[in-house]
Amino acid sequence: MVTAVRDLGFLWLQFVSELGRIARFGGRVLASVVTPPPRLRQFIDEIYHLGVLSLVIIVLCGTAVGAVLGLQGYNTLARFGAADSLGAVVGLSLIRELAPVLTALLATGRAGSATTAEIGTMVVTEQLDGLRMMSVDPVHYVVTPKALAMTAVMPLLSALFTVCGIFGGYLIGVRVMGLDAGRYMSSLQDAVDFHDDVLGSLLKALVFGGLVGLIATYRGFTTAPTSAGVSAATTSTVVVSSVSILVVDYFITALWGV
Amino acid sequence: MRRSPVRDLIVGCFVLAGLAAIAYLSLSVGGISYTGPTGLKISADFDEIGGLKPRAPVVISGVKVGAVESIGLADDYRARVVLNLDPALKLPIDTTASIVTSGVLGDRYVSLQPGAEDQLLASGDRIEFVESAVILERMIGKLIHNTDVGGNGDKK
Repeated sequence: MVTAVRDLGFLWLQFVSELGRIARFGGRVLASVVTPPPRLRQFIDEIYHLGVLSLVIIVLCGTAVGAVLGLQGYNTLARFGAADSLGAVVGLSLIRELAPVLTALLATGRAGSATTAEIGTMVVTEQLDGLRMMSVDPVHYVVTPKALAMTAVMPLLSALFTVCGIFGGYLIGVRVMGLDAGRYMSSLQDAVDFHDDVLGSLLKALVFGGLVGLIATYRGFTTAPTSAGVSAATTSTVVVSSVSILVVDYFITALWGV
Repeated sequence: MRRSPVRDLIVGCFVLAGLAAIAYLSLSVGGISYTGPTGLKISADFDEIGGLKPRAPVVISGVKVGAVESIGLADDYRARVVLNLDPALKLPIDTTASIVTSGVLGDRYVSLQPGAEDQLLASGDRIEFVESAVILERMIGKLIHNTDVGGNGDKK
């Protein structure tokens, strides 16, 4: 009993100190954003790795999710004779929730884990120590471009996901189920508000991007220098990022109502 | 770091595509219209607004000309509905605003019937002539009450 309580307290302390370490790491990353020289070329390369290479999965999943929403939404709405508002159902669920959250989850699996593995391998092969020996700050040189690129890329991917989803819903609702194309688009346009929905969606995606970027680079940076360490860090990136995305999503929705 | 022009081009295309998607969502889907300080802001006080919600459409003869911006309580405890309308609209001051329902179960929206006066409503003005929302339960209640009274009268 006593050991159980002690272990629980120890776990809690560990959790809180881990949070503190992540926050300090985030502070270092933020500070090195404004530290000259800016690593612009590296940043563009990272946008290629994290954004362009994630594009295929985002487009495929976005269209598929929109198609499923269109199918399920149509079947449910048709029961109440409200099939005309399919556009509103597909658009609102995509813009407000599904696009930012699913994009962030997919990007975690596709790009976040790769980032962790890359930095982790640099730890194992002592490349980061090499940088330190040349008195180059590894956070500034390696971590910041990756974390920053992840933050910048997420709203773009989320917007593309949304557009693909709207197209997927259109495909099923209009092409397959035979709804009127104008009705689909006009119910979508009536329901979606720029300020409440579109801006909220982009804000969510931006926050998730920062979160995934920070967690992925932190896990890579603190990898135990073994091959098992790299695999553990990669797994932990996916798990921790996914859970944080869903939890933070709840709080953003509850606080700002988007 | 090696320079790779093709990759730069691809990254540029990706960023452009993302921005285009954001622009499409903002302009076409989100519809940044009737918003901002340039819109014609007209308020109207109703006794009963039923289930009217912010962002509900405002129509003239069935054509959408704006949206409900906010709903609040006026000093005399009536519901003050602020409408955000197309700034190009020229509404006479004796315009009537009524809250109607699309279909039996449909959403509430505000319908405007322009009057015949020469003077026009300006931003910040209030519409004097209003027609409140019809509450179905109350109508049924009145109907039952009336037939009841009528029945008693017949007995006498």
